[in-house]
Order: sequence, then structure tokens, then C-alpha cells
Amino acid sequence: MIRSLISSLAVGLAAFSAAPTAAAEPVAILGEKVWTGTAQGTLTNGVVVIDNGRIVSVGTGAAPAGMPQVKAEWVTPGLISAFSRTGIAEVPGEKSANDTGAGGSPFSAALNAADGFNPDATPIAVTRLEGFTRIAVAPDARAKLFAGQGFLADTSGLPGSVFKDRAFAFVVLGERGASLSGGSRPAAWAALRGAFDDVRFFTARYMTHNDGNVLTRMDAQAFMPAVKGDQLILIEARRTSDLEAIMDFKQENPMLKIAIVGADEGWRVADRLAAMKIPVIVDAFSNLPASFSQLAATSENAGRLAKAGVPVAIVNLDDSSHQARLATQIAGNAVANGLPFDTAMKALTTVPAEIFGMSSLGVLAPGARADVVAWDGDPLEITSAPTAVFIDGVSEPMESRQTKLRDRYLSLDHTDRPLAYKH
Amino acid sequence: MKKLLLSAGLGVCLALGACGGSGDGKKKDDVPRVFDPFPSTYAAYPSAPTLITNATVLDGKGGLIEGGSVLIEGGKIMAVGTDLTAPEGAVTVNAAGKWVTPGIIDNHSHLGASPSPGVDAHGDGNEVSGPVTAEVWVEHSVWPQDPGFTRALAGGITSLQILPGSANLFGGRGVVLKNVPARSVQEMKFPGAPHTLKMACGENPKRVYGYGRGAFPGGAPYSRMGNVAGYRTAWIEATDYKKKWDKFLDGEGEQPARNLELETLAGALNGDILVHMHCYRADEMAVILDLSKEFGYKVASFHHAVEAYKIADKLAEYGTCSSMWADWWGFKMEAYDGIRENIPMVHNAGACAIVHSDSDIGIQRLNQEAAKAWSDGKRAGIDIPIEVAWQWLSLNPAKSLGIEDKTGSLEPGKMADVVVWSANPFSVYAQAEQVYIDGALMYDRNDPAIQPVMDFELGQPGEGDKK
Repeated sequence: MIRSLISSLAVGLAAFSAAPTAAAEPVAILGEKVWTGTAQGTLTNGVVVIDNGRIVSVGTGAAPAGMPQVKAEWVTPGLISAFSRTGIAEVPGEKSANDTGAGGSPFSAALNAADGFNPDATPIAVTRLEGFTRIAVAPDARAKLFAGQGFLADTSGLPGSVFKDRAFAFVVLGERGASLSGGSRPAAWAALRGAFDDVRFFTARYMTHNDGNVLTRMDAQAFMPAVKGDQLILIEARRTSDLEAIMDFKQENPMLKIAIVGADEGWRVADRLAAMKIPVIVDAFSNLPASFSQLAATSENAGRLAKAGVPVAIVNLDDSSHQARLATQIAGNAVANGLPFDTAMKALTTVPAEIFGMSSLGVLAPGARADVVAWDGDPLEITSAPTAVFIDGVSEPMESRQTKLRDRYLSLDHTDRPLAYKH
Repeated sequence: MKKLLLSAGLGVCLALGACGGSGDGKKKDDVPRVFDPFPSTYAAYPSAPTLITNATVLDGKGGLIEGGSVLIEGGKIMAVGTDLTAPEGAVTVNAAGKWVTPGIIDNHSHLGASPSPGVDAHGDGNEVSGPVTAEVWVEHSVWPQDPGFTRALAGGITSLQILPGSANLFGGRGVVLKNVPARSVQEMKFPGAPHTLKMACGENPKRVYGYGRGAFPGGAPYSRMGNVAGYRTAWIEATDYKKKWDKFLDGEGEQPARNLELETLAGALNGDILVHMHCYRADEMAVILDLSKEFGYKVASFHHAVEAYKIADKLAEYGTCSSMWADWWGFKMEAYDGIRENIPMVHNAGACAIVHSDSDIGIQRLNQEAAKAWSDGKRAGIDIPIEVAWQWLSLNPAKSLGIEDKTGSLEPGKMADVVVWSANPFSVYAQAEQVYIDGALMYDRNDPAIQPVMDFELGQPGEGDKK
């Protein structure tokens, strides 16, 4: 209730908001092209009707008479960032304004990124303005290879925008995991297996101690759902041998729910990933031997993985706190390098929704939550931008600290008063 | 006269790279001033006369020609127009539906100096040992086998400036390269390009020397005011050094002892070495503009310049460039006020705008970075024709590097540094199909034989793969 009140207020104040209505009222969103993410495919001259936070209908033909309309060149579901640090770091370079990780903490798997989430963080609006309505937010591993617990949020910037706390555990293997574990891959794997052991023998192990082989009592408790297969584990890894080792581990522990982050050399094991139904979250810009774990990196990685049948989500791993929004550009480049357009769109919508179990998101379908974006062109094209963004049917303000700075300085004339009086 | 002599000392020697010799130090021709002992040995690769036809041509100086042709002969642009005929024996490239532009010039790269793979042993990008290291030359760090050069080539980069890092107030000399695979950096050095000097404002120097690195209470600078005092102290020393050499070159007194640090700074003071300054905040750039006037040098370009939009009028009036990202922001305090319209707003104020990368990923698609900024400007009411915006990618960076008389636009007589794009290069789906450097086809997306593979990648997974 409070939230919807605040939302209506925000809509009223938004200078560039294309939607004329508040949350509860129905809106018809018309697109020359409507990408649905369902069997309906891409509609020409499509109409998406939303009401009361849900999508009512998706089709072609005339919009319901008398209903407020938003018109756009393209209409898509709200985009989903499958891996970000958006909202947990205001300024990554400033320790006081960065809650992504904690090198000095005695805890690891128990660190809950949602405890550091700030819906007021400026990157939230900046990310929303580019069409992202949902974000998966992961902590960063600083002390151990167990980074902690990630969460799912919307980008409304309002209190209560975290809609799934402890949505996944994040674990770092490969070179980074090795260095976080004392210096080698064997040490990382020993830590991971030891942690599994701690969880499995939890009762006996922690009866009289607070420490296990690897994890403290609190960490073991937090890691338990992941070990039992009740919670998704995101694992960062790049090199072919690391990916194979993860798949071997999954074979030994079939109950595990795993998705791999990075997978720069994933194309070399694409068939096995596909057979094991392990999704990957890739940064399709990776095409350099930036480390000895990325020698076979290629801009065709996403395309080859998808062709083999691996579910592929596309993200920006380079600056995941402030530039998660660049995933559209990265996906566009993946298309230029062989990924079908439709698959690239799914990498920003349905695949992340599936990986994180976000039901009724990532698609334009009757009954789905009304996360809808209206665009002035092809959503993957670098010259396109959203003209309206709806989250749960609420038309979001198309304003950020960046647009305010822009508007202040568009004219540098300060003859009468300093520019600080322009706001 | 004195001025002439000085440029003979620091300028001509740089250009010709053959200024050795010894003498009594009294005659200008005999002065032992080996100012560029590492001269360019770059030579253009063989090229056939080539006529690229039926393309949308952006000439790089603001023109767009539909159904345009570009004629290349002897490694130079011979003609650009709509009605060109191929000379006998010329290769004809039918570029129907494609776009042709000048090669992209990135004036801010660390390729070779901070190469792939980024292992400890490759950390050659920054001589962090002191706040003033004007004596180092980044070319001595450049590893020509960096695979990053080949990825940049596939993105249409034909020339680039390699800079030392930004830890120091004075980071050392930069170097301008032709993006041609080579065995040594000398074989890449852009013939006749002036040397450059990297300086840095703001957070980096004060973090590295003041309170970082466990050196508390450590050395100077600790603060932005310490940064400025550091520049001024060094410039004062350099001014004295330059005076001594001026005198000597005028035939007075003994030959002064050479000092590598001050030699670089003196070269910047007399205009032979171009100053490139890493600076994010508007207020700091304003201080640097005055500082440069105090000592009589000129800033060729502010790099990163995340807040250039706030003082675009002052930058235009002074006549310097800003080398900018399209949308990087917020990763540190001095980048907090980054906006997507920075580049078009700087351009719109009449200042020189440049799209730069500072990244081995970003350098691969500077055309896309320009496109983002261009479209964001358009949405904010700044409508710049695409053919004018292309100056951010070629001609303006060439100006900032002092090579605009040689490359940066498709004009007769200039180096034939040319890119054929599969489509409008302001689209995410466009790719560089052919890249010519001095008329030689150095990259062809459709021909694996014309795609370089660096030594490091031989015998490794992914060798010769599509990158």
C-alpha cells in the first residue's frame, strides 16, 4: 500500500514518464514490434494490456477503447540482469560505500548480500532506465571462495524491492578460488569438499565446536540448503578443466542445482553442459587470453553454447555494480557473432527467470507480472533506449541522478545565478 | 633562433631518430643529443592499388558520400568521390551496402604495456616507484606480442597511443603506434609522431603515494593540493633545465649534464612533447588549464574527463581535447558525476571531443561507444550528423597526437588507413570487415589468412579461432 502510494507520487513527478496512469489503472502498451518471449514470438503491431500489476492480454489488433495508451517501436518484457552487484556498492572504490565483500570478516557463506542492499543507491535508477526491471545480486568473494548469499530484487528503488532473499549461494573456483583458498586449485577443491562435509555432518561436527573443517557454524548453516540441492549455487569458473571438474562434481552430487558464471571456455564443453542441463551466465565480450584460464575465449562463445542447447544468460562481468545495463550491448554483439536474436533476448529475460526461478517474469504473457519496457528501437541496438518502464504495472520515473546532472549542465549559462540553483 | 635550435634538438631528432654524434657542444649540428635512440623502423607493407566502390563513405572530416569510392595507391589515399575509375591492375572492392571510414585512432590504450595475459610478470604499465617518473618511456614496456593488438585491429583500430598508467603525477612518455603486428616496438612506432607525456590528476597519485601502499605517513602527495605542488615543483626544475640548455645551444657555457626526467619535461615546455593529462573532475581541469599557462605549455587532451561537460565552454576557449568514455561512471568518487551525454555536450560547446578506451575490451568497439554517446546526445536535443560525430574517432584523436596531417581522415595524400564496415558502424550489428593500414590489407574478417595470430596464442587452445 505504502509502496503503491509512493509509486503514484513518483509517476506524477516524473518529467519523462510516458505512462499517464498510476498503478491500479489499466494501460495498453502498443508496439510496432512486441517481443513476447513466449510461443507467440514477435508480434507486429502488438498490444500488451496491463492492469492491476499483471498482464491481461498480449495480441494484435486494436487496443481496448478508452484505455490510456503508450506507443513504442518495440515492446519487451522487463529485462533481468542475471548477475550484478547493483545496489550493494554506491562507489566501489570507496570502502565506506561498498558492501560487495568483506575480506576482514570471519564469515563467508553466511554473508547475506541483501543485508547490504540499498534501494536508494543511484545505480538502481541508472540500470532501470536502460530497461532492467529485475536484478540478481551476488556478493563478492574476498576472504574465502564462499562469497555468501545472493538475492533477487526489482529496480523500483523502493523499500521492499528485494523479492527473494537468499536466492542463491555464490562460490568462486578457478584462479580466483585458488588464490582465496591459499594458493592452488587443489586447495580450493579441498575447501569446497570440506565445506560439503561440514554441512553433511553438521549435527555431530558443531555439537561442541563453532568451527568445522572449513566453515564456521553460521556459514555451514547458511550453506546447508545449497548442499542439499534446495538452493541454487552459482559457481564462477572460466577454464575448460575447471568446468569439467564442476561437472564431475555435479555427477558425484546429482542433487545440486548449479549454474556457472563466466564459462569463458564453455564452448569447448558445450555438449556436456547441455546434456547435464547446466545453465551458464556469460560475458560475451570476453575474447582475450586475459588470464591462463581464458586462452580459448571467443566472442562466439555464447552462440556456440546456445547452439549446443545450453541455456545462456548474458551479463556484464566487467563492472557489475554500475554497468549491468551494458548487457544489451553485449547481447547485441553476441548476435553479430552468431547468436540468434531471439536467443539473445532470452539471455536477458526468460533464461535468467528460469535460472533463478522467477515465476511470471521475463515474458509478456497473460497473467504474468507486468514488467514491461517500451523502446524507441531494437532493444539490443546501441542507439536505442527505453521510453517507458513498468514494474508490476507501475510506470517508473525515467529519471536518475545522471539525467539531473545532464539537465543542469545542458546550458552552461550562469549569468544570473550559479548553476547550483538549477534543480 | 634559440627556439629553432631547440626544436632541432628535441623535435627533429624525434622525427628522424638519427641525431647521434659528438663534438665540442658549441655547434648545433654537433651537439651530442641522442633524444630518440629508439627510432621508428616501421615500414608500410606492400599494397596493391585498390578501389573501394559503392559504399557509404564517411570521409572523417565531416562529409558523407552515398555511393562513394575511395582510391588507394602507393599506400596513400589518392581520391575520394563518386565517380572514380580503377587504374589498370587495381584491386576493386565492391562495398555495396557497406560503409567506409578512416581507421579508428584510440589515444588512450595500455596494450602491450599491460598485456594479455594479465599475469604478474606482465605488470609493465606503471612505474609506480615515485610520483614523478617523467624519465620512463612506455615504449620500453610494450610487448608487441600482446594478443590485444589483434583484437583492436579487428575493431578497426589503425593507430593508437600507448600511455603509462596514472599512478604518478608525471607517468612518463607515451608512444604512438601503427597497429601492425611486429617483432619490436620500433617496428610499430608511428613515423614522425611526436612524443607524448602522461600526467595524472586527482585520486590516483594521492592514493598511491600519500596514504596507500602501507607507507603511512608515507610520501607526497597526500592531497589534491599536494598534487598541484608536485607538478609545479617539477615544472620549475624543468624550466631551469631548459634555460641551461637554451644557453648552451646559443653557444654559451658548458654542455649541461643530461637528465632523463627533465629532458622529457623540457620537451613538453617547448611544445615538442604533447601533454596528455588524466583528469576526471571539472574543477581540477580548470586548475590544470591555469597551471599550463603558468609554465607555458599546452594540454593536448584531458583523458577520461568524466566531468568535461561541466566546463565544456572553458575547454573550447582554451583549445584542448577531451578523451572520454561513452558511459563509464561511478566506480570511484571522481567518476561519480559521469553522464551519458558527456561527449556530445563537449562537442556541442565547440570543444574537441574524442572517444577513447583505456581498455582492451573497449578498444575493440569504439565505434559503438561513439554511437551510444551520439544517440544519447540526440535524445537530449543535440543532433549531430553521424559523419560529423565520426571525428571523435579518427580526426580529433589524430589532432591530439599531432598526426592529423598524416592520418585521421580520407583525404588525398594521407596514409590509407581505412576500414570497410559490414553495415552502418553506429549499429551494434556492424563489424569491421577489412582494415587497411597504409594501403595494405592487414585484416579481413572473411579470410583467416589475413587475421594475425600472436606468438603467445600459437599452440594454445583457441589458436586461430574467431575472436
